[in-house]
Amino acid sequence: MRRFADVTGAVWWRSIHNFLTNPAFFLPSIIFPLFFFTAFAGGLSSVGDVPGFDFPAGYTAFQFCFVLLQASAFGGVFTGFGIASDFESGFARRMMLAAPNRLAILAGYLLVALTRAAIVITVLTVVALIAGMEVTGGPLDLFGMLLLAAILSLTATLFAAGVAFRTRTIQAGPAMQMPVFLVLFLAPVYVPVELLSGWVEAVAQVNPVTPLIEAARGLISGDAIDGLLAYGIGAGLLVVFAAWAVSGLRRAEAAGG
Amino acid sequence: MNTVPSLPAQVAQIARRSLLRTLRQPAQIVPPVIFPLFLLAINASGLDAATMIPGFPSDSYVDFAMAFAFMQGAIFSMMNSGTDLARDVESGFLKRLAMTPMRRTALLVGQLAGVLAVTLLSGVVYLVVGLIAGVTVETGVAGVVVLFVLFGLIGLAFASLGAFVGLRSGSAEAVQGFFPLFFVALFLSSASLPRELIEQDWFRTVATYNPVSYLVEGIRSLFIFDWDGQALAVAFAIAAAVTCVGLAGAVRALRTQVVR
Amino acid sequence: MSTSHRDNGIEVEGLVREFKKGPRAVDGIDFAVAPGEIYGFLGPNGAGKSTTVLMLTTLLPPTAGTARVAGHDIVAGAAEVRASIGVALQDAALDPLLTGSEHMRLQTALQGVPKADRKRRGMELIERVGLADAADRKVGGYSGGMKRRLDLALALVHGPRLLFLDEPTTGLDPSSRSDLWDEVARLAREDGTTVFLTTQYLEEADVLADRVGIIDAGRIVAEGTPEALKAQIGRPALEIVPADIAQRDAAAEVLARFGEAAPAPPNAAAVRLTGGNDALAEVVRSLDAEGVRIADFQLHAPSLDDVFLAKTGKKLGGEDETGEHAAVAETPPAGPAGEREPVGSGSPR
Repeated sequence: MRRFADVTGAVWWRSIHNFLTNPAFFLPSIIFPLFFFTAFAGGLSSVGDVPGFDFPAGYTAFQFCFVLLQASAFGGVFTGFGIASDFESGFARRMMLAAPNRLAILAGYLLVALTRAAIVITVLTVVALIAGMEVTGGPLDLFGMLLLAAILSLTATLFAAGVAFRTRTIQAGPAMQMPVFLVLFLAPVYVPVELLSGWVEAVAQVNPVTPLIEAARGLISGDAIDGLLAYGIGAGLLVVFAAWAVSGLRRAEAAGG
Repeated sequence: MNTVPSLPAQVAQIARRSLLRTLRQPAQIVPPVIFPLFLLAINASGLDAATMIPGFPSDSYVDFAMAFAFMQGAIFSMMNSGTDLARDVESGFLKRLAMTPMRRTALLVGQLAGVLAVTLLSGVVYLVVGLIAGVTVETGVAGVVVLFVLFGLIGLAFASLGAFVGLRSGSAEAVQGFFPLFFVALFLSSASLPRELIEQDWFRTVATYNPVSYLVEGIRSLFIFDWDGQALAVAFAIAAAVTCVGLAGAVRALRTQVVR
Repeated sequence: MSTSHRDNGIEVEGLVREFKKGPRAVDGIDFAVAPGEIYGFLGPNGAGKSTTVLMLTTLLPPTAGTARVAGHDIVAGAAEVRASIGVALQDAALDPLLTGSEHMRLQTALQGVPKADRKRRGMELIERVGLADAADRKVGGYSGGMKRRLDLALALVHGPRLLFLDEPTTGLDPSSRSDLWDEVARLAREDGTTVFLTTQYLEEADVLADRVGIIDAGRIVAEGTPEALKAQIGRPALEIVPADIAQRDAAAEVLARFGEAAPAPPNAAAVRLTGGNDALAEVVRSLDAEGVRIADFQLHAPSLDDVFLAKTGKKLGGEDETGEHAAVAETPPAGPAGEREPVGSGSPR
């Protein structure tokens, strides 16, 4: 058990060290969510005035939730990029050789994604509060919202890690990024799902991420949410993609890293 | 004996190379077509509710958002011309070309012509997809003609800016670094909502001073309004001015690159 | 020496690795490495060296066969094997964004060195490989030799009793190469560490290895001490430099009467003497009779190069050679020398 924690900690330390000491990694992860938040919450706020758009906390908080979840998910995808490039450069072998149990490596990367999400969320929250975001939910609601962000971060990391373990090349970047991008944008991004129209509405209705986004928005405004649905889907996503990532790791082991 | 080919023939040669080069790289041709259409589809459906905002100038958000797609196409032309020329600098192709009797202007004009052809082609795709999705062009067939003239000029403006950056820096990476900047400029404009409907004061101020807003509004007027002379005149003037700046910079940068 | 237990070695039986497409990369190999020994594993690119190392270090599961490394089965006891071995792989997988001492910090943590010892152990090893001055620089700026030395130091953080080095000096300049050789030799001598070393450099195996195995197309074609293997070839090569380069072909013709052609520089001709050193006087007389004036001549004792050529019909790293050398090297397939091959003197089979 101690060796497991050693390896997990070492993998975590190295990635976070590189993340924090290299502006080329650090800045885009911060700037992109802030940019989306600015463009959406700042430019589109009059969309919140549309009849039928009843959101007590206001449009800034409405968009904050989407960007929060989006940034958490993309942090997971970027972590997947890191895994893929570690395999491509051969660095992964160093870890594979040292780890008695290689699941410890995956655990390290998951911790990396959570840490990155925490950093980005902190910055985003500060900016949103300065921009005058209203929060009408209570502390427990906000904890529930952060839990959703953590679930999405882990899900995206497990998905991207599964791809990275199978392909072991950074060329697979689009294969990690595009599905996550699509799933997030084929959801109620700008307006509640009832106000969507056309084919995106049809897709959003069955998109598993939709209940998570809606729950986050409900929590920040202190509204009642369908917690069973949102957290149930979250747990399901974690189980499915954990299986995907672990089976990917086994494939990487069989292929010699 | 070898005769030096005429300037138009030289331009045609370079344009042909540029066009083939783009068409043979799916990474350069697929995103400019797919990406704007994807965003158009998302926004048309996701922001359709915006048409219910009192004072919204159109009853269809797709009509309104077509200009957004065209502007993205123009930004991609900046990217393509910039990276192509930067690669020519990186690979030494430019120096090799300078040893031939080929005129430097032929290189620039040919490259821009090739990029422009791809840009116009993607514009046709946007329009066709838009029409299938039920977009109406208020100004009719004549409007479509004006649309492509304006789109061509805007494409040229961005392509020449790209050429400037590509030749000046000689680095494809630098061009790609500039690329997001233009997207930011597009998002911080009146591309998603009319200026008068932007509630946040600072955002409206940025959009008002952002020249991209007027390019968007020029294209958009053809779709959602009847002929709007003022919007068109401003758009043409800005596109022409940017083209002049970009070309002047690109010619200068080309001269120093070849001399070095 | 306290470390010379039986469980400090390697035993390989019928090891096979197949990849989905293509032939068997490793096609049933057997060998044993004794504790404290430096074993040189020689072969050209694609012979199966690296695949063997990947299997023995538990990075790649074998298709068939078994191996015990440091007393543990490489499949059933993979975690125990990993804990007992140090590995420096071909590409010296380092993170260009980390400094040398940060790599040490990472590796000591990965290997579970007790927290209190990590810093001291890291500094000790960095000093040992002569990187103390560069310890706080990012590895991205290291030279090839520095990267290999750091990689070697990283392989040692947990005090492994068995060290795997996959082509440790490929791509290094001669002086960095001999520095690394000194370090490896010291490890084996002073610490009693068993070393399994793959290389395409015969000189490297000759200088370092107690015993050598030659692998070609996935099979071990010869094994023994470098001296024993050279003795199997047994025949010296004679190289003649004619005073007038125009007489080179004439010289080569004369030499051809005394044995088969051997690789030689462009201004010379060489022959592997069939009759041993006794023919020397006769060669000189014949050259004289043909009017070939000799500027210089050299007698080469057999080298591992010759062993390799004889065993595999190929010259190691042949693609780097000039056309002249390569052409000569490729002609004898499994060659006349093969017929005289004494039956595997050093083979444990």
